[in-house]
Amino acid sequence: MTPASSVLLLTTLTGFGYGLLAWVGILAAFGLLPPAPLFLPVAVVVALAFANAGLTASMLHLGHPERAWRAFSQWRSSWLSREGVASLTTFPPALAFAALWWTLGPDAIATRALGLLAAALGLVTVVCTAMIYASLKPIRQWHNPHTTPDYLIFAVFSGAVLLAALWALWFGAAVALAVAALIAALIAACAKFAYWRYIDAQKPLVTLASATGLTAFGTVRPLDQPHFTENYILREMGYQIARKHAVKLRRIAVGLAFFVPAILALLAALGIAPAITTTAATLVALIGLFVERWLFFAEATHVATIYYGR
Amino acid sequence: MTSLPQPVPGAKKLGLVIDLDTCVGCHACAVNCKEWNTGGHHAPLPDHDPYGKNPDGVWFNRIHSYEAGCGSSSRTVNFPRSCLHCEQPQCVTVCPTGASYKRAEDGIVLVNTDICIGCKLCSWACPYGAREFDEDQGVMKKCTLCIDRIYNEALPEAEREPACVASCPSRARHFGDLGDPDSPVSKLVAERGGVALMPELGYAPVNRYLPPRKATIPAKPLERPAAGSGNALLRLIDKVLSR
Repeated sequence: MTPASSVLLLTTLTGFGYGLLAWVGILAAFGLLPPAPLFLPVAVVVALAFANAGLTASMLHLGHPERAWRAFSQWRSSWLSREGVASLTTFPPALAFAALWWTLGPDAIATRALGLLAAALGLVTVVCTAMIYASLKPIRQWHNPHTTPDYLIFAVFSGAVLLAALWALWFGAAVALAVAALIAALIAACAKFAYWRYIDAQKPLVTLASATGLTAFGTVRPLDQPHFTENYILREMGYQIARKHAVKLRRIAVGLAFFVPAILALLAALGIAPAITTTAATLVALIGLFVERWLFFAEATHVATIYYGR
Repeated sequence: MTSLPQPVPGAKKLGLVIDLDTCVGCHACAVNCKEWNTGGHHAPLPDHDPYGKNPDGVWFNRIHSYEAGCGSSSRTVNFPRSCLHCEQPQCVTVCPTGASYKRAEDGIVLVNTDICIGCKLCSWACPYGAREFDEDQGVMKKCTLCIDRIYNEALPEAEREPACVASCPSRARHFGDLGDPDSPVSKLVAERGGVALMPELGYAPVNRYLPPRKATIPAKPLERPAAGSGNALLRLIDKVLSR
């Protein structure tokens, strides 16, 4: 599948945004955030800014962005519609959570409850995003049991590094969160390796013989193409660059997304320039997850291209 | 509404039956499809640089050629590929706007281009590559089973069939109700062992493909002068020339 930058931005940025929201919401619900009156509202605004940037980017790839409001209507059947509904539903409780923290204080039951609600809705949005891909039967690299847990794990990881950076910038040190980010990075790396193992062992979904109904004749080979130039199907689904450089690109992706941030988080946990190391970890993780998401698309093969022998 | 209509027993399932035995791969169906549909329900269809080096555009029908089997039993199979109007079309259920829908009355899968947002997700959900995006209008387009011909009372009754079926010079394309077991197309499928494409993916396509017949016309063995028979002079010439 051809990676469209708008969709890559959508999935990575909303992962950071809703991941951060989940962390602050849950930590606030359990009274684990420092009671600084401004810290939480700022964190919520940063989280919603990331999510909003991702959602806006996704509008850019639409043929008719002005009709985007129609996408809220088919939540009964469509995961894309559910993602739209869930992402917007998250905003009011998240803003109310920040406002109540500011007015009623961190310990009010309403503040804690709204924190938990905002966190849950944020994670539900991430699940909906993942399910858009996981539900597509023609793409075996997406339609498998790894896709949805992976999206959740990557969102929790990206939220952890982002919160560690905000915390370190605000309070000067963030040992516990740096450790959390380190653990999340290692879990995320393991999840990614497990995913690659899984897709590398998969067999193609169909053969050209079953795609053409010619199984009784044995093997089927393409002879003449229907057209000699690329068409929409081949441009959109016949992407072949990643398959050529798969090993190198995978190393770059896990290195940037998880291992470099893990080392930086370790330095922060040891108290070495936490503000700088956690900020750097966030930036590297952002770039790395963007590469990881690019690969998630670029490595995905679509059944329809089998008709073209690809 | 992108939820699928409730299946009703005995409901109409309009579709195509394509005979891979008699298809000669002339592309007439694809050309007539483009010709009709660039003025029909989904008009116009993009058609960039049509006579240049990089022609590009939306076609609802693409004709592949394959070699099936190996060695002396192998054969060329021409393979037209278009929307199969599936009974479980994931292209419909993934649509976030309701633009993509399956008609309850005849099973035809259509796109309402007035409300399509152009997210392309439906084309990702189709394993048959049947949907093509119109970059000019920013909406998805697909085969309509010539809905503007088959119900068109302005056309003589004999012409109320899809453009691809009407143009096929070898009568390899048939149109009809595959929900009715007694319809001519259903009988043809039963008689010839028509198959669904990629049944393992669970889309339950309505269109059927009739596999090529295996029988070949037996050829007479080549005549050879058998040793020990015929003219002695010829045998001598054969012997000398064979050295």
